[in-house]
Amino acid sequence: MLNAIWAVMIMIAVFYGAFTGRMSDVTNAALDSAGEAISLCITMAGVVGLWMGIMEIATKAGLVKKLTRGIEPFLRFMFPGIPRDHPANQYIAANIIANILGLGWACTPAGLKAMEALARLETERGNPEYAGEEETGTGPAQKKAQVNFRPPSGSGKTRSASNEMCTFLILNISSLQLIPVNMIAYRNQYGSSSPTSIIAPAIAATLFSTLVAVIYCKCKDVSGRRRRAGRKKEAV
Amino acid sequence: MKALANLSDIVIPVLIFFVVGYGFVSRVKVYESFLKGAADGLKIVADIMPTLIGLLVAVGMLRASGFFDLLGNVLAPVTEAVGLPAQLMPLLVVKLFSASAATGLVLDIFRTAGPDSYAGLLTSILMSCTETVFYTMSVYFLAAKVTKTRYTLPGALLATLAGTVASVILAARMV
Repeated sequence: MLNAIWAVMIMIAVFYGAFTGRMSDVTNAALDSAGEAISLCITMAGVVGLWMGIMEIATKAGLVKKLTRGIEPFLRFMFPGIPRDHPANQYIAANIIANILGLGWACTPAGLKAMEALARLETERGNPEYAGEEETGTGPAQKKAQVNFRPPSGSGKTRSASNEMCTFLILNISSLQLIPVNMIAYRNQYGSSSPTSIIAPAIAATLFSTLVAVIYCKCKDVSGRRRRAGRKKEAV
Repeated sequence: MKALANLSDIVIPVLIFFVVGYGFVSRVKVYESFLKGAADGLKIVADIMPTLIGLLVAVGMLRASGFFDLLGNVLAPVTEAVGLPAQLMPLLVVKLFSASAATGLVLDIFRTAGPDSYAGLLTSILMSCTETVFYTMSVYFLAAKVTKTRYTLPGALLATLAGTVASVILAARMV
C-alpha cells in the first residue's frame, strides 16, 4: 500500500513541479525535508522515551494487568458470545488497554492473537467455514500443539468474519487513545504554545467515535442474532 | 471548554505522579524500569526515522511543486461548506490507508498553518481519535484468514466519520 502511495507522491511532485517550473523549489524541499525529519526525530525521541519509561513502570507495577482485568465488564457487554474462560478475552483486553495507553508496539501482537483466538472460537462453535483447523485430533494435547502450528486450510473456502471479529476491529479502529503522545511531540516540535492542550478534546472526540462504534456494533449484533434465530425457526 | 483545557493541563502530571508513586509504593525499581522503557522508546523512534525521512521528503516535494495549492483550489468549494480547511482533505483520505503517510501530511499542516491554528488543532484532534481503517483491517483479518469482512468496513468508516465530526466541533471551539 505504502509503496504505491509513496511512488505516486514522488512522481506527481516531479511532474507537476516540472509543469509549473518549480524544479528548484522541489529540489530544495527534498533536501530540507530530509534534514527536518531528523530534527523531528530528536524531539520525538525525548517525548516517546519519557512516555515509554513511565509505561514500563506501570507494567512492572502490575498496573497494566489491573487495568486489563478492570475492563472485563466492558468486554462482557461487548462480546457476550465469548465464553468467560476463552483465551480470546485476555487478548482482546490486552489489545484495548495497550491502545488506551498508547503502547503501539504492544497492541498489534495482542490484536493478532485475539483474531486467531476468535477464529478458533468459530471452529469450536462448529462453523463450517472454520473447519479444518483441528482436523488431526480433538484431544487437549493435540489442540495445544496446534496453537503454534496452523496448517493452511487449503480448501479455498471463503471465511466470513464472525460478529465478534467485526466488533473487535471496529472498536480497534475507533481507537481509544488516552494520551496522543506522537501528536504532542509533533506539536511541540512545530512551536505550539501549548502542545498538550489537545489532550482533553482528543479524549472527548475518541470517546464519541467509540460510542458510535459501540452502538453500531450492538445494533448489528442484535439484528444478526434475530436473523439467525429466525432461520432456525424456519428450519424447525 | 475551559474545563477541557484545564483537564488537558493536569492529565500528564497526574498520570506520571500516580504511576511513579504506585510503582514506588509497590517496591518496583522505578528508576531502572524507567530507563529500560525509555531505551525501548528510543529504539522505536530510531525505527521510524527512515519512514519519516521518506515521507517528509515526498510531502515536501509535493508542496513545493504547487500540487497542494492546486488540490486546495479544486476542493475549496466542497470543504468550506462543511468547515474543513482544504488542506485537510488529502489527510482525510490518506489517513484511511496509512498512518505513516498521514504523518507526513500532518507535519506539513503544522509547518504551514501552525499547530495552534484552526487547521492545526483540528488535525491534532483528528489524528488522535481514529486508526488507519484499511491497514488495520488487512493486517488483522489476515491473521484470522478471513476474506469476507461483513459489516466491519461500514462500521469502521462510520466511527471515523463520527470522530471527524466531533473533531470539527471541538476544534472550532478551541480557537
